[in-house]
Amino acid sequence: MDFTESQIHRYARHILLREVGGVGQEKLLKSKVLVIGAGGLGSPLILYLAAAGVGTIGVIDDDKVDLSNLQRQIAHTTARIGMAKVASAAQAVADINPDVEVIEHRERLGLDNIMALIADYDVIADGSDNFPTRFLVNDACYFAKKTLVSAAVLRFDGQLATFKPHAGGPCYRCLYPEPPPPGQIPSCDEAGVMGAVAGVMGTLQATEVLKELLGIGESMAGRLMVYDALAATTRHVKVNPDPECPLCSPKATIKKLQLSR
Amino acid sequence: MSVSVIINGESRTLPAALTVEGLLKELGIEGRKVAVERNLEIVPKSAFSATHVAEGDRLEIVHFIGGG
Repeated sequence: MDFTESQIHRYARHILLREVGGVGQEKLLKSKVLVIGAGGLGSPLILYLAAAGVGTIGVIDDDKVDLSNLQRQIAHTTARIGMAKVASAAQAVADINPDVEVIEHRERLGLDNIMALIADYDVIADGSDNFPTRFLVNDACYFAKKTLVSAAVLRFDGQLATFKPHAGGPCYRCLYPEPPPPGQIPSCDEAGVMGAVAGVMGTLQATEVLKELLGIGESMAGRLMVYDALAATTRHVKVNPDPECPLCSPKATIKKLQLSR
Repeated sequence: MSVSVIINGESRTLPAALTVEGLLKELGIEGRKVAVERNLEIVPKSAFSATHVAEGDRLEIVHFIGGG
């Protein structure tokens, strides 16, 4: 592929990096990433992937932009309140980088559509806001052998991990075998979240997605990063595959995709 | 015999025979809501009842969060 003058200019700071270079930049332009949720994590994630020149970004979200989103969901604007979040995110991307195509999936992720949706993408990034979706995404990525970069936030806390059991690492269920009892863990709607914390975690998530696409550095597979914004600390914890994981171990009980509540 | 451990950064003395499962019970924490980290490694949930806390262990209770 030949870069245009303006592409060489746009991606100059990437091309300068030995680990990226022209070859890596071309790889990014040919890459496809699916972002689940265009919210607090999805916003910085989508914006940085777009700025980096990830050629195709799928965004799935069935929600509309609400005034209460704007404290953290920086892909959206006051003028776009009421607009579908996927359309608003596509607008934000178009404003940053016309090289990037956004595929708008304005629907809810479910058993019926997830396998077909993820099939088209190289890496899946989960920034969803509920546990049933997180387990569904993990299980679907396991069955489809897709790399999953997962982040979560609540209040002042963030967690980040990469799951690629097809390459020998753990899956989300090795960490959390089943969803918490319904109603026991609050959502950001219920308990709040500092907007900038979503920004930190979504940006770390974007970094890990880019590393997975480029195949550079140390993968977060097999590790969990725990960020405590109030204490201003991060911890890296080793996560091994659980020999009794209900999904990815030889003793698996989940043999096909199902909903977990 | 008791053992001294550090839980979420604070020193505590526990009965030596305590398992991770027993520790959570002692702390009044429901296992489905957390992951447990022992010396910077996650203890698989399937090993909670067989893993005993040991002298000097650094334990962290990682709360399950799912916001986006």
